[in-house]
Amino acid sequence: MTVAATNTPKSQSELGIILKGVCKDPLGLMGLIIVGTIVISALLATWIVPYDPIAMNIKDRMQGPSFAHLLGTDQLGRDTFSRVIMGGRVALKVALPAIFGAMAIGLTLGMIAGYGPKWLDNLLMLFFDTIRSFPTVMFALAVVALVGPSLQTVVIVVMATSIPTYGRVARTQTLTLRNSEFILAERSMGAKMSRILGVHMLPNIIGVLAVLAAMDIPGVIALEAGLSFLGLGVKPPTPSWGALLKDGYALIRQTPWLVIAGGLPIILATLGFTFLGESLRDVVDPKLRKNR
Amino acid sequence: MSDALLEIDNLCVDYETARGDLKALRDITFNINKGEIVGIVGESGCGKSTLISAILRLIAPNTRFRNGEIRFKGEDLLTASEEKIRSLRGSDISIVFQDPMQTHNPVISIGNQMVDIQHRSKAPKAEKRAYAAKMLAAVGIPDPDARLNQYPHEFSGGMRQRIAIAMALMSEPDLLIADEPTTALDATLEVQIIERLKNLQKDFGCSILFISHHLGVIAELCDRVVVMYAGAVVESGTVREVFHNPKHPYTKRLIECDPGHIKERARVLPTIPGEVPDLANLPSGCIFRDRCLQAMDRCTSVPPLTDITESQRAACWLNHMEAAE
Repeated sequence: MTVAATNTPKSQSELGIILKGVCKDPLGLMGLIIVGTIVISALLATWIVPYDPIAMNIKDRMQGPSFAHLLGTDQLGRDTFSRVIMGGRVALKVALPAIFGAMAIGLTLGMIAGYGPKWLDNLLMLFFDTIRSFPTVMFALAVVALVGPSLQTVVIVVMATSIPTYGRVARTQTLTLRNSEFILAERSMGAKMSRILGVHMLPNIIGVLAVLAAMDIPGVIALEAGLSFLGLGVKPPTPSWGALLKDGYALIRQTPWLVIAGGLPIILATLGFTFLGESLRDVVDPKLRKNR
Repeated sequence: MSDALLEIDNLCVDYETARGDLKALRDITFNINKGEIVGIVGESGCGKSTLISAILRLIAPNTRFRNGEIRFKGEDLLTASEEKIRSLRGSDISIVFQDPMQTHNPVISIGNQMVDIQHRSKAPKAEKRAYAAKMLAAVGIPDPDARLNQYPHEFSGGMRQRIAIAMALMSEPDLLIADEPTTALDATLEVQIIERLKNLQKDFGCSILFISHHLGVIAELCDRVVVMYAGAVVESGTVREVFHNPKHPYTKRLIECDPGHIKERARVLPTIPGEVPDLANLPSGCIFRDRCLQAMDRCTSVPPLTDITESQRAACWLNHMEAAE
């Protein structure tokens, strides 16, 4: 062990170690490639797309895949490939803020519930349970019916319904950690509550939550697609994977590639994020890292 | 005699439980002088850990201080503000815990933990890291610069305990509390740690409150020893006095029962028959009376802790008989 230990490179960043670990795992590498492709194509969407994704061209409507239109065109003559790429941007625009927002709020509330006094814990748990008691889709339908469909509405609905999951996990982790000896040691060394929570508890909890988040992202993408499919997500001209599915569904006999073009990215994104999440789970824990 | 660093006077600590108040500590009185190593011996449940948590005021919510004072450099720790006590923890008073496998944060590298522990210092991070490496070297960790990047699970138990000692000494505390630091380690490591502590104590000049139930370790390391039984001090004195001329029957039996003390091969290891009294329902009189072979009528009243010599004190009526004769 000592030999192996002294051979460890002198300065290797935490992120570097995690990336290396993910790349070693074939499924993790696959997840990383898929997620990377989606993220990069979403970031560079404006330059990648061959056509304006909302420009209609009635003359070329409902065409099959060709070199001019890689994935064909829809019933209004819009280029499907451009719409898929732009749809990825919408999917991430919903998933990332919603998940990170939910994670940040859930983490904070969960840690407070776990470390704070009992009455506060009870109050926060009551809050979490109240939110959890709403079925996500029904809750989304109700909110959309009230304030109208938009990207922001979807983000807020997803964030609100995900907070309890993160909050509960963070709380449980905090509860198990708060009586551990190293936290007692930290307190006996004169650390403030903010230092204990921020410096010592957080790194122990964040790994679990990051994995949970990576595994939650596909769910959110699917939810956004589902809401768009029902016409409750993003508004019509904006391309989204769910909207593509909806358009294609009506024309499935005439133009099946529309459904495929809308469905495939959802499947790929779900697989990619799930693989990445599972691979991350094994890598983030420094104790498990050594055994691999 | 040098001046006192930590003075504990008539300390009484109770735990409020469903069965009534558990009298965990009763009339604890002893001092630790500057630069002195004081050992506390006693079997499990005699209040050693309660005493430490009382000194650091890291107490369970059902703890009640009934009486007495703990003075550190003349200041009462029991009435000090939370702010004040936190500023003492980890700077003037540090602690090394029993189980080295549990005392480090598993997901933060040792180097970062040792930097973090210097949060009171305004020095740049590189300087703090250099100091951390220096401290690791001081406790005998080879190649300290590289090892700073490693995580706790990459060190052996003995190394982790030495790291814990290094961390406790980083702030150059006046008082180091060592709560059975060698109990979780094997015998060879125990010797190493003891030697290390002894040398470090000379270098840093701090006082050490060393808690153990290993009499040999206490005899090896400490200047003075306090023997506790069921939440009370039964005897205290210099190591020489207490180990060579114990004045309390409990101390005598404890020394007889120490495996290191037994010279011949015994079929059955000697024990002290009977059990520690229930601290929630204390029997009247001397707490050791039920297990004492020399118990007499007078033991139905509580014997006071009286001076035998200038430094040795014991709480037993037998010593009063000797004095009377």
